[in-house]
Amino acid sequence: MKGYNEAFQDIPGTVVFDATQSRLGYHLNQFCMSLMKADNRAAFKAGERAYLERWPMTEEQRQAVLDRDYNRMIALGGNIYFLAKIGATDGFSFQNLASKMTGVPEDEYKAMMVAGGRPIEGNRSKTGKAK
Amino acid sequence: MARITAGLTTSHIPAVGAAIDLGKTGEPYWKPVFAGYEFSKRWIAEHMPDVVVLVYNDHASAFSLEMIPTFAIGCAESFQPADEGWGPRPVPVVQGHPELAWHIAQSTILDEFDMTIVNRMDVDHGLTVPLSLLFGQPAAWPCKVIPLAVNVVQYPPPTGNRCWNLGRAISKAVASFDRDLKVMVWGTGGMSHQLQGPRAGLINRDFDTRFLDGLTKDPEALAKIPHVEYVREAGSEGIELVMWLIMRGALERAAREVHRFYHVPASNTAVGHIILENPPR
Repeated sequence: MKGYNEAFQDIPGTVVFDATQSRLGYHLNQFCMSLMKADNRAAFKAGERAYLERWPMTEEQRQAVLDRDYNRMIALGGNIYFLAKIGATDGFSFQNLASKMTGVPEDEYKAMMVAGGRPIEGNRSKTGKAK
Repeated sequence: MARITAGLTTSHIPAVGAAIDLGKTGEPYWKPVFAGYEFSKRWIAEHMPDVVVLVYNDHASAFSLEMIPTFAIGCAESFQPADEGWGPRPVPVVQGHPELAWHIAQSTILDEFDMTIVNRMDVDHGLTVPLSLLFGQPAAWPCKVIPLAVNVVQYPPPTGNRCWNLGRAISKAVASFDRDLKVMVWGTGGMSHQLQGPRAGLINRDFDTRFLDGLTKDPEALAKIPHVEYVREAGSEGIELVMWLIMRGALERAAREVHRFYHVPASNTAVGHIILENPPR
C-alpha cells in the first residue's frame, strides 16, 4: 500500500478521486447529487447562488460552480460523475464538458476524438519516469 | 444444475444509449458502432441465457458518497431504470432472479467476499446500455438480470486480482445452484477513456488490443495489472476494465473467443466488445 496514492501523481492532467479528494469534495458532490431531482434543478436554475448557500461548501467551491470551472471543481474535490449533473442541468453533453476541461472548442475536441482520440504518447508521465 | 455458458464484455457509454433511444443508430457517426453488435444480437438470440449476472458500475445514480459498497449484488425482484438527470431511459424494468442472486450472495460471502446485499436499487446506463446493445428495444427484456455493481468511482476500487477471484467464486456459486439454468456473466465498462481534466479524450488502442488479446491468451497476467497502470495507460475511467475480470474469472480457462469488436470513438470512449464461450459440456 506504501506509495499507492503518490504513484498517481506522476500522471499528467488527472486527479484521482481518493480519500483526500472525497473528504474535500463531499458537500460539493452531494450538491451535484441533488440535481438528479427535477424540483432541485428548477430551484438551482432560479437562483444559483441562493441554492449553493444551502450546502456547507467552501466559498471557493461555490464560485467554481458559478463559473462552471470544471477543472477547478475537480481540484476542490469534485468527481466528474457528480459534476456531470451540473452539465446535464445546463443541457450540455459530456463532450461539451470535455471541451471546457481541455480548453479547446467543442468541434475541435470532437474532431480529435473522431481522429482516434488524444494519443498516449507524451501523455503518460509528468517526470518521464513512465515510458 | 445451473451452468455458465458464456461471457461477454462491452462498453456502456451513455451516448450509445441516447443514440438508441433517440433513433440515431443509422446516422453515419453511430452506424459503425452498432454494426459491431449485429453478430452479437444474432448470437445471443441463438444462445439465450435464462439469467445474466451483469457486472457494471453505478455512476452516482443509486449510490452517492453517503454509502460506497465495493461489491453490491441486487437481490430484488426488479430494478427500475434510474433518472440520471434527464428522466429515466425508456427501457423495460429489469427483472431480477432473487433465488440465484441470494444463492450467489451466500456462496460468495462464505467464500470470504464481503458482498453488500441490495434489495432496492435503480439501475443506470451502466447496466441498461449493454442490455440495449444486445437485445435492442423489446417491450420486456428477454431474460432475468442480476445486477452486480462494483465501485470504480471512489479510490481505491477493488484490485483486478480481487475481481478475477470474485469471478471464480461466482462460477462456483452458479455451479452449486440446484436449478437447470443457463447463466451468462457480462463485464461492462471501458475501454480506454478519460472524462476529466486536461487529459480528457485519451485513447490507447495498443493497451486496449493487448487487453482484448489477454482475455484468452493470458488472463492471469491481466489480473496483475495495478490501478496506476490502468489510469496511466487507459485513462482515469479506463479503470472500469477491472470489471471485465469478474466476467473472465467466472469463465473456464479454455473459454473461446467467438466475436470481437473495437471502435474509436463513441463520444469520448473506445468501444470494446468481446464474446467468450465456455467449452460445450
